[in-house]
Amino acid sequence: MWVGIPKEVHEGERRVAATPDTVKKLRSMGFSVRVQAGAGEEAQLPDALYETAGAEISADPATIWSSDLVLKLRAPKPDEVALLDKNLLISLLWPAQNRELLAAIAARGASAIALDQIPRISRAQKMDVLSSMANIAGYRAIVEAANAYTGFFAGQITAAGKTRPAQVLVIGAGVAGLAAIGAARGLGAEVRAFDVRKAAQEQVESMGARFLTVEIQEEGEAAGGYAKEMSPAFIAAEMALFLQQAKEVDIIVTTALIPGKRAPTLITTEMVRAMRPGSVVVDLAAEQGGNCELTQPGKVVVDGGVTMVGHLDLPSRLPTHASQFLGSNLCHLLTDMGGKEKFKIDLEDEVIYQALVVQEGQVRYPVTPRAQKEAPKAPAAPKPAPKVEEPQVVAPTTVAPAKSHGKAKGHGHAPKAATPGGRALGLITAVVLAVLAVYAPGDFLQHFTVFVLACFVGWQVVWSVSPALHTPLMSVTNAISGIILVGGMLAAGEGSLSVASILGAVAVLVASINIAGGFRVTHRMLAMFRKEGS
Amino acid sequence: MQTSMLTAAYLGSAMLFIRSLSGLSRQETARNGNLYGVIGMALAFVATALHPNVESYALLIGAVVIGGAIGSVLAARVAMTAMPELVAILHSFVGLAAVLVGIAGHLEPNPSLKGGALVVHGLETWAGIAIGAVTFTGSIIAWGKLRGSISGRPLLLPGRHVLNAAVGLAIVGMAIPYVTGLLAGDHHGLPLYLMLGMTLLASLLGVHLVMAIGGADMPVVVSLLNSYSGWAAAAAGFLLSNDLLIVTGALVGSSGAILSIIMCEAMNRSIWNVVFGGFGTESGQAPAKGSGEPAGEVRAMDAAAVAEAAKTARSVIIVPGYGMAVGRAQHVVHEFSKLLREKGVDVRYAIHPVAGRLPGHMNVLLAEAGVPYDIVLEMDEINADFPSTDLVLVIGANDIVNPGAETDTSSPIYGMPVLQVWKAKTVVVLKRGMAAGYAGVENPLFFVENTRMLFGDAKASMDKVVAAIRG
Repeated sequence: MWVGIPKEVHEGERRVAATPDTVKKLRSMGFSVRVQAGAGEEAQLPDALYETAGAEISADPATIWSSDLVLKLRAPKPDEVALLDKNLLISLLWPAQNRELLAAIAARGASAIALDQIPRISRAQKMDVLSSMANIAGYRAIVEAANAYTGFFAGQITAAGKTRPAQVLVIGAGVAGLAAIGAARGLGAEVRAFDVRKAAQEQVESMGARFLTVEIQEEGEAAGGYAKEMSPAFIAAEMALFLQQAKEVDIIVTTALIPGKRAPTLITTEMVRAMRPGSVVVDLAAEQGGNCELTQPGKVVVDGGVTMVGHLDLPSRLPTHASQFLGSNLCHLLTDMGGKEKFKIDLEDEVIYQALVVQEGQVRYPVTPRAQKEAPKAPAAPKPAPKVEEPQVVAPTTVAPAKSHGKAKGHGHAPKAATPGGRALGLITAVVLAVLAVYAPGDFLQHFTVFVLACFVGWQVVWSVSPALHTPLMSVTNAISGIILVGGMLAAGEGSLSVASILGAVAVLVASINIAGGFRVTHRMLAMFRKEGS
Repeated sequence: MQTSMLTAAYLGSAMLFIRSLSGLSRQETARNGNLYGVIGMALAFVATALHPNVESYALLIGAVVIGGAIGSVLAARVAMTAMPELVAILHSFVGLAAVLVGIAGHLEPNPSLKGGALVVHGLETWAGIAIGAVTFTGSIIAWGKLRGSISGRPLLLPGRHVLNAAVGLAIVGMAIPYVTGLLAGDHHGLPLYLMLGMTLLASLLGVHLVMAIGGADMPVVVSLLNSYSGWAAAAAGFLLSNDLLIVTGALVGSSGAILSIIMCEAMNRSIWNVVFGGFGTESGQAPAKGSGEPAGEVRAMDAAAVAEAAKTARSVIIVPGYGMAVGRAQHVVHEFSKLLREKGVDVRYAIHPVAGRLPGHMNVLLAEAGVPYDIVLEMDEINADFPSTDLVLVIGANDIVNPGAETDTSSPIYGMPVLQVWKAKTVVVLKRGMAAGYAGVENPLFFVENTRMLFGDAKASMDKVVAAIRG
């Protein structure tokens, strides 16, 4: 079964759908691989490397395009579609905007999987090309911003004077936004970020940025992790916040996209005018018209001293690593489809069900939702509201592990491993046990067994107690050690009044103080422990 | 009730007690854990009440009702700052009960015991009473020290180690004539007097042991007594041949032992050093000078400036210590953190394992004030975050933030793990004056360039800071 990797022909596109590494993976899955001559050249991956990895190099596009599987990034051009022949194409297709393209693919009797239609479920994260490219775009946005910015990112303290760190605002804390925060922090800037989804706050803060909020409380998360439409009052407050921020910051990175629609306007001309000369706006939504009114897609423009970066090819500007991620995403997809041995276009698989837009000459798009399964994208009203790609943090190159704030689990301590002292202790234990076995009555040994086992249980259980709960632990052990009440009862209960029974009754009394006091005060304390917001 | 039913009931309550402790591993399950404990106790009580030997219900119910009422009132009234005292006095009750059960057991011997079984029984009684008596009086002294009615300074009698050893040996040695007397069928003659004498000696030992320990080592002592109270209950279980008492006692004993170990590790000291070291001897005297004599000046800062620094910070960490509890400042500290969090500042709390007078004491105080537990972090969780923190507020803590513990090999607290507050951009230390901490060690933190001192009572100072933030 042949896999074909064509050269990307879109103007300025430098990425490629397989690297020598992923070629090896494909071959280990059992596929044979054909790479078009010069396909990896722009990504600094010469043909020779592909050959070493076991691929066949072919200069003839027709051979590549008639392979059983064609792996590609960009949607194909009409002359490329004409080369398809009852085979399967996997690439970005944007079916909503490219109905004719689907029809053309169908006319060739071929099938097509649209990478952009892979559902956002956790199992499919490893094949989510949009996320891996958004991560790269976010990183590159900061590199472009630093390039255009006229100052330092990190604050400087030198003999010649000092500068403060650059102030960066990131709007939309999806994958791209979080990657941008990480990159900007890495360069030493101070970063703030805004997102309508409350869930984004923890992620933003874990990346070391400040989370901006507006006074109006409104939850902006809709199904599938997308942001939802906000009320006009919220949008007004948001715009006021952005205007205020524009006066304070040096760099603004906007990442608000609505799939298949024009990007919302978030940075107005007025806001750009309010920025200091030398400031930079990087618009990751340029391809969809831009979040900034003054963005010109594909261009870098300077207006009133503020640079607007509208590059459309940010991920393509890191072609080597972008190709690596893309290639891995595709390998994961093919692994899920069964590798070569069990290769199957399985419509029972949710990922394939959603992403297979053309099936053996028949256009399937729009895919009819399965019964009970909601389609994630309800038609959104065209009013401006920031939309962000998705909430999961998947940015392997830049994301620091998120710190957990609510954590109060087991302690770092653990019972110590055996030491020489421990061995001596073991020996003493053995001797004591031997003496007991010889001299002690059987009854005692039985109780002793229970005692030793209970010590082990207690040891294990108590080490797992959260250190924050050590005081309640003490009071609850106070209460349960009141179990000595049982001893008092047995001593006092004999019916006839004697010294022993009076002593027993006093023991019952003090033990009751413990039981009632211990449990009640534990209850009181535990009732005080509250989680944030509850 | 049949013996097998009783055993089954006891097994049930033992399991419930274990679940009760394991429930405390997480905040979410902790309340259920307490409930399991209550159910287990109720089950044990009812099962024992149905035991054929238990007849005098009026006496028992009277004792339980009175005791329960006293306990409830104590628990409902106690202030959270006084938790250590309550815990200490409750330990003493367990110790007292163990002594009483032991003596009662002696007075009503089981005539069927002969030979080896009688010797074992006698030794069990002896051990139960000894441990119970040490726990009883030791806890009372700890209680007094925690309340402040007994001076927190260690009482160091000359030759105290010899004294302890002599008393300990006497307690062990007197067991021999006691057991011999029992074997001779004598219960009310010499053995009774020996036993009462031993009870007295053990009580004195408890007093002396705890008197010799400094006030700030009380968290360890309280956990240690927690452990003893468990062993006392277990010993009573042996003497009554009651597995439930044995299991429960072992659970409590292990729990207290673990808490003591955690405390000692957090102070980089051994349990022997705490119990017999008489640490804190120099307290109240001139600070001990380490070789790295701290140089530099102390910079004071006023409340308004602290408020300003807090408002402009992005991240703030608050380090509370015993001083916060003493000043009852936890509510205003919570007010402070709430105000800042509303302004978008990331505020968190860092708790050192030995902060306060009881393991986990700070967590309880902060919870009482209303601080959500998810922003209250342990030392290990938060220590790495100080370098990226703008402002640290040290409230009533000293030794647990002493950089000398990491750098100054001559310092008495060298090697103790500490909160690395000095790595933050700015540290503000709230303190009454320049006195040394409990360990009597000079704190180089006060002289670090990025440290500012806010002198005064913790609560008054924080009130001013909060007022300044409200502006």
